[in-house]
Amino acid sequence: MELEKLRHGTELIKRGFAKMQKGGVIMDVTTPEQAKIAEEAGAVAVMALQAVPADIRKEGGVARMADPQMVAEIINTVTIPVMAKARIGHFVEAEILQALGADMVDESEVLTPADNKYHIDKTQFTVPFVCGARNLGEALRRVNEGAAMIRTKGEAGTGDVSEAVKHMKQIMGEIRALNGMTKEEMIAVARDIEAPIELVLETAQMQRLPVVNFAAGGVATPADAALMMRLGADGVFVGSGIFKAENPEKMAKAIVEAVNNYDNPEILAQISKGIGSGMKGISVDTIPQEQALQTRGW
Amino acid sequence: MRIGVIAIQGDVAEHVEALKRALDERGQIADVVTIKHKGIVSKCDALVLPGGESTTLGKLLIREGIADEIQDMNNAGKPIMGTCAGLILLAKQGDEQVAKTHQHLLGLMDMQVNRNAFGRQRDSFETELELPFLSSPYNAVFIRAPAILDSGKDVTILARFDDMVVAAEQGNLLALAFHPELTLDTRVHQYFLNKLF
Repeated sequence: MELEKLRHGTELIKRGFAKMQKGGVIMDVTTPEQAKIAEEAGAVAVMALQAVPADIRKEGGVARMADPQMVAEIINTVTIPVMAKARIGHFVEAEILQALGADMVDESEVLTPADNKYHIDKTQFTVPFVCGARNLGEALRRVNEGAAMIRTKGEAGTGDVSEAVKHMKQIMGEIRALNGMTKEEMIAVARDIEAPIELVLETAQMQRLPVVNFAAGGVATPADAALMMRLGADGVFVGSGIFKAENPEKMAKAIVEAVNNYDNPEILAQISKGIGSGMKGISVDTIPQEQALQTRGW
Repeated sequence: MRIGVIAIQGDVAEHVEALKRALDERGQIADVVTIKHKGIVSKCDALVLPGGESTTLGKLLIREGIADEIQDMNNAGKPIMGTCAGLILLAKQGDEQVAKTHQHLLGLMDMQVNRNAFGRQRDSFETELELPFLSSPYNAVFIRAPAILDSGKDVTILARFDDMVVAAEQGNLLALAFHPELTLDTRVHQYFLNKLF
């Protein structure tokens, strides 16, 4: 094999990996047993972390990347891709996850940020990254830093889908508004939203984000997952929603089927029957501003 | 003519776009339709199984009742192309990993596959690949790609990389370990369309 002819970690490969996840459900897991349940249900990938967001919220303290031993065990347990979360700006956690063999790193606001000024320079990595965003400017800043996939931030660990809805509608609305603008108008938009003009032009031309865009942060039921797909998500992350549900196996399988049948209410009705109750959750309105996870990162 | 793209999960839009570009270039007309549920495969003249996660795709092809329809389509000798996860689904036999997850394969092509022959995502790569039906190399993108370990006498090997078989065909079936739909070069899709027109 001529090694010089092999190219690893290119934009095409990183964004290509994210494209293979489209139409799928990515589930948060904290143990190999949970990862097995997710794979069996039909998840396209699992996200390894120390505790699901609902528990992080409850327990408080500093939330860091998952125990590398646990990440390694999850990698050895399932055949689907394994993603893992690193703290915002913590490029060494990201390097460790890459070294462990994680297939994608989530630079996540769910963990306690390690840097309050800079996100990770994701172009320096071979593995692709996914990052959260609340609006088009934030999404394109992350893409400019090398993110190969975007997800709405929503408000993780609440089981309240309203913030994910707000962020998805915000991003989609801003993209629609670019339609028909002149170049000089788009230059002004780029300045307003603090995003590179090249990426604004590319987004306008494609009429979608230049990378895959998933929904995340509060998805708790098959109906929530279908709602996010109807709003234009390419797929769905489910955090606490699976393993905080009454019956995780049934909930996991139902959410996978709901994403495939998101536009068919009859089938959704069938899928949603007899799966037990969703996570109890907490209404976003009752969360004090300083406890909101979505304001981490910028 | 109608070409179906299985749209349960994966890079469906990329295949649809690539097929439309290829059709445009050759000046031929065909409907390109996406398929999520049963009842449509039988109305197609050719079919594409896209890249995605093969465990997810396999499970949902069964749950949705599409798997049997693809068997019938193959029995009728209609062209079917599988890329990456699609290649795995076409195979008769998987490896230990495939067995471990009780993954369902369509079993159309007489070959055994290795699910992640080239490793994890950090090992994914692009390279220039020689294909016997092309006059110059093709920029092939391999993402957590499978390889064909062993194949029967009816299978023609089209390309190897690092001593592993990464492209093969068996009559109407074309199996590729890489993703021709991720680049703008339509030559591989053209080769597939030659089986239809």
